[in-house]
Amino acid sequence: MITCRELISFLADYLEGNLAPTERVAFEEHLGVCPDCVNYVESYKTTHKAIPLAYADENDPAPSEVPEELIQAILEARPKRE
Amino acid sequence: MSTSTCQAGNFADEPTLLAALQGGDDRAYHFLVVTHSPHLLAVSRRFMRNEVDAQDVLQDAFLSAFKALPSFRGDAKLSTWLHSIVVRAALMKLRARKPQWKRELSIDDVLPRFSDGFDHRDNPGPAWRSTVEQELHSKEVCSLVRQAIDRLPEIYRVVVMLRDIDGLDTQETAELLGVTTTVIKTRLHRARMALRELLDPSLAGV
Ligand SMILES: [Zn+2]
Repeated sequence: MITCRELISFLADYLEGNLAPTERVAFEEHLGVCPDCVNYVESYKTTHKAIPLAYADENDPAPSEVPEELIQAILEARPKRE
Repeated sequence: MSTSTCQAGNFADEPTLLAALQGGDDRAYHFLVVTHSPHLLAVSRRFMRNEVDAQDVLQDAFLSAFKALPSFRGDAKLSTWLHSIVVRAALMKLRARKPQWKRELSIDDVLPRFSDGFDHRDNPGPAWRSTVEQELHSKEVCSLVRQAIDRLPEIYRVVVMLRDIDGLDTQETAELLGVTTTVIKTRLHRARMALRELLDPSLAGV
């Protein structure tokens, strides 16, 4: 039986399907008897999901967020036509 | 107003926009900068966590983009191309910036601790509340997650952003940061564990 510490260290590989079949069995056997690790795995997965969602508004920001002076400064640096 | 709508109509087609940019059309430059800056500044702010640096990075990025435009062949979308230029500019600025040690916590302080002969987690605490998945879109949880990411030591914060927010794969992240893919995998796992730990007090159930 693997320990909780080992389970957590394998977790990323487990979720990405990178464990060997025997390791996977050991991992799931441990989950079958350890509610603390079940909770840990669930909260780790939730954390992973939450990361991109926390910045979802980055894809649809208000144009007013950008100061006009910054736009002007950037445009000043554009290559000028001869 | 009607002219700008008309320009947008023309430039909404990327090959047309690209040709106009490469021909040095001022209206095309204006369109490019005005259209893409809001998203790109948001990306830059996420990396820099400081308005002055975020704006500097955006300027640096557009300067690089303008230089590279003549050889840009349009094989990626302009938005994707500009995004990657901003990310590079931000990483360069972070490297040049003095480390902000005082604000950084040590990753070991927020990794799970284990004890006793079975290597059980210390103070495991309750499961996260069952409604948490529905709360992930809420302002409160988004703000908690952002604050937690901001607290990570920079080498972990950067990896979690590149992989989980900017959508780079392990290989691309490794190349960008000049480390091995194994290092990236380890840092990403530790960063997520640390974030889980930082979020735990707020999201654990009752
Ligand atoms: Zn366990």
